[in-house]
Formats: sequence, structure tokens, C-alpha cells
Amino acid sequence: CDELPHIQAGKSSSCEGCPNQKVCASGATKAPDPAIAEIGAKLSTVKHKILVLSGKGGVGKSTFSAHLAHALASDSTKEVALLDVDICGPSIPRIMGLEGEQVHQSGSGWSPVYVDDNLAVMSIGFLLSSPDDAVIWRGPKKNGMIKQFLRDVDWGDLDYLIVDTPPGTSDEHLSIVQYLSATHVDGAVIITTPQEVSLQDVRKEIRFCQKVKLPIIGVVENMSGFVCPSCKNTSQIFPPTTGGAERMCADLNLPLLGKVPLDPRIARSCDEGKSFLNEVPDSPSAEVYQNIVQSIKDYCSNRVTEEQSTT
Amino acid sequence: MAAVGILDVDLCGPSIPRMLSIGRPDVHQCDAGWVPVYADAQKSLALMSIGFLLEDPDEAVVWRGPKKSAMIGQFVSDVAWGELDVLLVDTPPGTSDEHLAVLENLKKHRVDGAILVTTPQAVSTGDVRREITFCKKTGVRVLGIVENMSGFVCPHCSECSNIFSKGGGEDLAKLTGSVFLGSVPLDPLLSSSIEEGKDFMQSFPNSATFSAINSISQALLSSLQND
Repeated sequence: CDELPHIQAGKSSSCEGCPNQKVCASGATKAPDPAIAEIGAKLSTVKHKILVLSGKGGVGKSTFSAHLAHALASDSTKEVALLDVDICGPSIPRIMGLEGEQVHQSGSGWSPVYVDDNLAVMSIGFLLSSPDDAVIWRGPKKNGMIKQFLRDVDWGDLDYLIVDTPPGTSDEHLSIVQYLSATHVDGAVIITTPQEVSLQDVRKEIRFCQKVKLPIIGVVENMSGFVCPSCKNTSQIFPPTTGGAERMCADLNLPLLGKVPLDPRIARSCDEGKSFLNEVPDSPSAEVYQNIVQSIKDYCSNRVTEEQSTT
Repeated sequence: MAAVGILDVDLCGPSIPRMLSIGRPDVHQCDAGWVPVYADAQKSLALMSIGFLLEDPDEAVVWRGPKKSAMIGQFVSDVAWGELDVLLVDTPPGTSDEHLAVLENLKKHRVDGAILVTTPQAVSTGDVRREITFCKKTGVRVLGIVENMSGFVCPHCSECSNIFSKGGGEDLAKLTGSVFLGSVPLDPLLSSSIEEGKDFMQSFPNSATFSAINSISQALLSSLQND
């Protein structure tokens, strides 16, 4: 059973009372989905896959995913794609300046939407006809869409596929891991803010990664302090009352990839669909972002080197 | 004194127990069902959260939709809330299993409506527009919109910075014909109070943040009473 823990009548227990009991017992869940092998084949031309996760909402996951994509694609020799699997709250089209774009179908599948020649994006946002449309779907339907995104999109040869996720440890996360299980996923970047309320949920996300054997590339602490543009003093708007990501990473022996300070121009760039890294390259936040991206690139290429040396 | 219940249906990220400084008590059963956990001695604030049912607080609740829906059904039907003036339901982001489960299980009771929380950014209001559609489709009245993280006043020089843009909440209210309940500024004292489980309203009654939250609550209460 991949759905843990079991809780019944307020106590941890066995399968009794679980709504999945009948399906589980019948063995229907045991047969592997043929899509997994299909996706494995389809994505064999994708060199590196990175998931962006968080336990909590509103910490800047989509902002980070978008800018990671922009930064990786700034090398014009690299092919980069960004897949948005936040089915209910697809922010990526707006952040990438692609609102109103539509997806086209061809013989080889769905074409993603291109920001630049070497930067492609897919999101359910492109399949909705109005900004007011709500995707009121339960888990199984969301899972089906994620399967389609992975199997039916004509991604082509990619150096990097970045997957932006909604907050949590539920259908979308299990599905992404399951459908990518016949491929190699380099790892996950986990986003947090300095608050304990955020870290509390990040620790759960880390447990999830460990449970599904997803390597963790590292942790990014967003909203890490604010420098007033007027008087240049720093304020901790979200005080790290329990030591922030730094203490958590030390406790759990995980890399802290960087601490990104708040900058009002980040929100503005996202709202306008522009890359903050292009708009304000000298901002302290942009510099931290670039360092984080470099760490991720190094991680990915070290993995390739390790694999080559063992074959 | 009003009796208030909070039902925390964010199963993957239950934050309410920490915010109310309620550690990890056991949940007991009585004849009428599960006894909620009380935040105060007078039992005026009752809470139920999956946070109380986990043996290890860092344990991830890795559940798909049906399992989440079943737990939420139990939370609504099997908790012995007793007499309450208001039951607040805190939800995770989205328009999915948790949201549908809450409404399905509350169908036989009256749901007064929903408060929608946004930040000023278009990226945030963009999602809340869809949440408003969810409310319309499921017959839930939109009581109003609250704009959080609405500007930051520097404690050193008093300059206000619009860190997460400006005005999105009011624009959204106008666009969708909803009531704008008010905006709450970014306040490190609010963040740290919540982290440390302190009652911000008691500790900082003279702050602009208190005033903002208070006026939003008053607007909400009068809207509920006029119903």
C-alpha cells in the first residue's frame, strides 16, 4: 500500500475501514499501468528531470520553477521544458508570459507552448478557455491528466524537464513519481519559507521523498529577509523562530541551496510574465537564484559523471 | 463568550495545532463521537485536525483523494462539537477532493458561505477567481475576499513596500461582484506570534494588524447576522 499512514477511529491501524480496501484486496491495484513503460520510453530522450516540491502553499514554488527554467534555458545550446502539474491552480502560464495561449494537437501528440526556441511549457492552464474556469476534479481525474501530460506531449529531446507541483503529498505527487518510475529522476528541490509553520510541512515532504526513494537535490529558503529600498535596513518579515531552513537542513543532513531575500520586483515580474533574472539581474535575490541554479546544474552533471564511471 | 470550532481539513499540511499552541494531545472518544481538542480552559475554542492523530508529527500523510475524503467525512460527522456559534473550516489550496468532501458532508447542515483569501498578486488572484467559480458551481455563497500580505511598513523608516504587488484583492472583488472584507498587512509580529502559538490579538491590540483583522471580523459577523 503506498498510502500511509493508516488511521482509523483516531488510532493508527490496519486496512480495516480504508475506502480502498475492496480495490486493494481484488488485486486490481497490483497490475502495473502500461502507461508507465510508455512514459519511460517517451522520456528516454530527456537527460535530466527535476521535481519542485513544497509541503506548504504560497512559498514560491511556481516562481522558483519558472526562474529555474529561464536560467537553464539562458544557455541556448540546452533544450528545457517546464511541466505544470498544479491542476487546480495553474500559475505557470501567467508567470511565463503565456496567458491565453492554446495547445495544439498533431500526429506526434500535443505540442507544448514555446516561450523561446529552447524553452517549452505545458500546463492545464492552456486547456482552459477562461481565466474563471475552475478545475473541480477528484484525484483519479487529476492523475489521468498528469499521465497524459507525460505520455502524450511531444517534448522532443530535452536536457532538462522541470516539474512544478501543487503543495502537499497526495494524488499529484504519487502520480508523478509512479508515472516516472521507469525513468531516472535526478531529484527534487524543496521550497520553504523561514517559518516553522512552513518547515513543519517541508519535513513531511522530505519524508515523502524518502518513502518514494526520490533523491533530494536540496532545499531553497524563499522570503528570507527583506531589505527596505528606502533605508536599506533588513527586516525578517517571516522570522525563522526555529532556525529556518538552515537549522532544518543541518538537522536532516540536507544541502541548503540558498536563501532568497524578498524583493517586490519578483512579484511584479511574475505578474507581468517576465523573467526577474532578466529584468533585475543585479538584485541580491537574482544573484542567489543564479547560485542555486548552478548548484542544481552541478548536481545533475555529477550524477551523469558517476553513472559513466560505473559503467 | 462565543463558542467557536475550527475544523482543519488540510490533511497534508495541518498548521492550525501549532498556531494555537496545542501540542499533541490524544483524541478521545465519548458516546457522541470524538471529543475535539480545546484551545482554552473555558472550552470556547474547539479544534479538530489530523495533526492530533499522527504518532510522529513529521510523518507525511501520503493519501489519495478517496482516503482524504473519508477522513474528512469522519471529521464532520463523528466529532462531538457540541453547541457552537460558528464552525470555521480551514482548507488546503485547490478545488479538489477536500473541498468537495467538506461540502458533501456539510450538505445536511447549513453552510453560511466561504471567505476567500488572496495576496495582492495577480498570480494569486488568478487562482482565487477559479475558487470563486467553485463556490458558484457548488452553491456556496461568497461572504467576501480578504487580502493578506498587503504591504509592509518598514519598522525602521515607516516606508511602505508592496512586496507582493498591490490592489489585487479589491480588483478581484470588483471583477467578481464580491464583497471586499479588508486587507491585512505583512507583520513580523503576527508571523512570530503564530509560530509561537501566542494570541496575537491579546498581545498586540494596538497594532495596525489587529485593527485590520478586527474590522474584517466585524464586517463578517454583521454579514452573517443580517442573513
